Amino acid sequence: MKRAGVVALNTFREAVRDRVLYNLVFFALLMMAAAIAVGQISIGIEQTVIVSLGLSAISVIGLLISVFIGVALVSKEMDKRTLYALLAKPVRRWEFLLGKFAGLVLTLAVNTAAMALGLLLVMIYVKHSLEGSDAAVLVAVYFIWLKLALIVALALLFSCFTTPLLAILFTVGLYIVGLYVQELRNLPVEVMSPAMAAFTRWLSYLLPNFENFNVMALAAHGRAVPGALILQNTLYTVVYCAIVLTAAAAVFSRKNLK
Amino acid sequence: MRDRFDGGSSGIFAKEFEMKTQNPIAWLLLVVLLLGFAGIWRLQHDIDAQRVSLSEERDDVLLRSGKLMKVMSLEYAPLLADIYWTRVVQYYGNKHVRGQANLELLWPLLDITTTLDPNLLISYRFGAMFLSQAPPAGAGRPDLAVKLIERGIQTNPEYWRLYEDLGFIYYFDLKDYKKASDAFLEGSKKPNAQLWMKVMAAKVAAEGESLETSVFLWKDIYNSTSDPSVKKNALMHLQLLKVKEDCRQLDLLADEYAKRFGKRPVRMSELVQAGFLQGIPGDPLGFPYIFGEDGKAELNLDSPLLEQQLLLERFK
Amino acid sequence: MPASAIEIENLTKEYPFGFLHLKKKTSLEGLNMQVETGEVFGFIGPNGAGKSTTIKLLMGLIFPTAGSARILRKPISDVEMHRNIGYLPEQPYFYDYLTAAEVLDYFARFHDLTAADRKERVERMLKKVGLETARKIQLRKYSKGMLQRVGLAQAILHDPKVVILDEPMSGLDPVGRREVRDIILELKKDGKTVMFSTHILSDAEMLCDRVGVIVGGKLHGVGAPGTLVDMKTQGMEILFELAAASNAPLIAKATRTGDRYRLQVAEEELYAAIEQLRAAGARILSVSEVKATLEEFFMNLVAADRAQASAVEVSGK
Repeated sequence: MKRAGVVALNTFREAVRDRVLYNLVFFALLMMAAAIAVGQISIGIEQTVIVSLGLSAISVIGLLISVFIGVALVSKEMDKRTLYALLAKPVRRWEFLLGKFAGLVLTLAVNTAAMALGLLLVMIYVKHSLEGSDAAVLVAVYFIWLKLALIVALALLFSCFTTPLLAILFTVGLYIVGLYVQELRNLPVEVMSPAMAAFTRWLSYLLPNFENFNVMALAAHGRAVPGALILQNTLYTVVYCAIVLTAAAAVFSRKNLK
Repeated sequence: MRDRFDGGSSGIFAKEFEMKTQNPIAWLLLVVLLLGFAGIWRLQHDIDAQRVSLSEERDDVLLRSGKLMKVMSLEYAPLLADIYWTRVVQYYGNKHVRGQANLELLWPLLDITTTLDPNLLISYRFGAMFLSQAPPAGAGRPDLAVKLIERGIQTNPEYWRLYEDLGFIYYFDLKDYKKASDAFLEGSKKPNAQLWMKVMAAKVAAEGESLETSVFLWKDIYNSTSDPSVKKNALMHLQLLKVKEDCRQLDLLADEYAKRFGKRPVRMSELVQAGFLQGIPGDPLGFPYIFGEDGKAELNLDSPLLEQQLLLERFK
Repeated sequence: MPASAIEIENLTKEYPFGFLHLKKKTSLEGLNMQVETGEVFGFIGPNGAGKSTTIKLLMGLIFPTAGSARILRKPISDVEMHRNIGYLPEQPYFYDYLTAAEVLDYFARFHDLTAADRKERVERMLKKVGLETARKIQLRKYSKGMLQRVGLAQAILHDPKVVILDEPMSGLDPVGRREVRDIILELKKDGKTVMFSTHILSDAEMLCDRVGVIVGGKLHGVGAPGTLVDMKTQGMEILFELAAASNAPLIAKATRTGDRYRLQVAEEELYAAIEQLRAAGARILSVSEVKATLEEFFMNLVAADRAQASAVEVSGK
């Protein structure tokens, strides 16, 4: 376990030294400045617009980082063969994988926290104060981070057995599916065979449901997010990540490296 | 050279050991998958319950201005319209979950959808139907329904079904038979319009509301739509019209009975015994009609149609 | 009987390829080999012979189709065994955003060392491979030779009993190669077992106690470099200088470069030849033995293997 930690910290260090991340954070801050401009156009709903835009920006940037770097975590090491010397040490393959995951999730935590801070500052600028109800924004960011952690796990899994390009496509594809998976339950049941109906129902529950993490409307209106939902989403992410990472570890441990 | 004997057996042992270590990983994965997805199943149900109880209106509330949305969405407006359209359907579909079947957001959603994509015909038709109808089936705002249809006609002037829908609203919900007839007439002139539109224009102008007209219109809606909500709604109306007609017939028979026997029948079986009926008639769902306290034919208390009828009557 | 440091038994690696993975490419076939404790073992063969495949199998980077191997009596699947072995991959590449000191420190953390011990070893290794001055520079700025040295350093930092090097001399200039050779000899002096692969035969001849020759996925011979080839002297070579031209038949047989000539004669005819040359006015510069070298043994094997491969192709199998 400690060895996973060593890999994790190194992954974090790499992300920090990789100046690309700073550009992204800067971009997010820029978006928030734009939010201020928009806020001045639609009087009365500035907070709603700013929070929505800000959360969307955090989500999109976080998504880019999760997918692209998530896939690169393993494939770059395999490609550049930095992995060879590493695996010659007394470290198990799953420890390596777990460390990579933890490192990127930690990086994302720092990033989303930084962007959340930026968002709060913008909100203060517009409203000239913050209320307790604005804590909903922090919960929304926390949920975004949970969502990103799950995406990183998926990116890792796919990169263990396909090429980087395909891994990116699969991960993004699964993300889009996961946004609308809830709609599967609204499909007209009458037009399908009962087997098909049962199948789609199962699928709608078992596929990753990213809509769970969307509380943008609540946050935009300063309405509190129930603690039960916070707990449930946290558990959901933990369990789902455990599933995906175990699968990734299983695949990776039998993989012949080029 | 080394002693081959020693190498041989330990070699075999090593291979077995290697094979045994493969299985633990497979077993672990299986266990994790089963337990994990069982947990996910459970959690997802919990999360769903939690979110529904929040009765979120999501970001539909956010941008009420259709025009602002259109400007912001640039060339993706039709795509956004589609997304909003699915939200409309879902919003309507979830009305029973929202407790009071509050449909006040229906109009803003449809407004945005049709502003984003004025050619999304289905949204006009669906919207007209469920905006105009009385609660709980609809929002009870025929005025907004007319507004919506008129916008649809403005951008799609050759689509004859929009006129049918307009006539429908005037006929059923606004009871303005003159305007209904005008709408049918106008629509009958459009390409591909079916012949009955012209006939309907004349009939409505002459008779106003009639059972025949009502049945016909609802039947047409039922047959021409593919949307399940619309179909269900049309079917319900057709059933209730049948009930109305059946009761009317039964009342006539009861009057005959009264003329012959001096008193009104209390039970349906009396009509059968007197030879007026061959069997006890049932409503479209199979529940036998009964006579109410006032001697008039009524739906059976067990029939689900009763609830629908009461709701409809309440808002007449 | 003392166990060998590395024991390889019937190690086989096949790669499926082609449509539906129906065809198989065998990159290693039934390898049986041992590396004895404390020796320097050279694993030689042309490119694609299976040297890297063997080493990757030993290090658990790829998995055997059949057969097994043990290092220090532990199976190759035992990750804990890696505590006692060091590995230098072929054409090493490390995290280019790290400095040499950071890379070594990172790798060192996977071994159970105290922080002080780790720090001391990193310093020692940097000194040993001559990277002390470059320790704060990021690896992205390193030359190939410098990267190779970093690779060596991380392989031996934890004082392993067995050191496995994949093409340690590749891409190095003569100075670099000399340094690597010196390090290997030092390791041997410390009692370590060293196994390295190379296609540079002179290095193998000079450094190794024993060599294993692998061609086309099969082992063709193991033994001290001297015993593999028939060391019977094949003749003598005379190097001489002759200013004036001469018609002597002997001289005509020699190879000429400017004023210098090289002539090969059978051992028994040596002295007669020298007499003749001196009579012709030549100045004898040197006389040396001509032996069949590892190189020739090697090239013959390669040629034979290629001939077999093309025969197989022609037969259409």
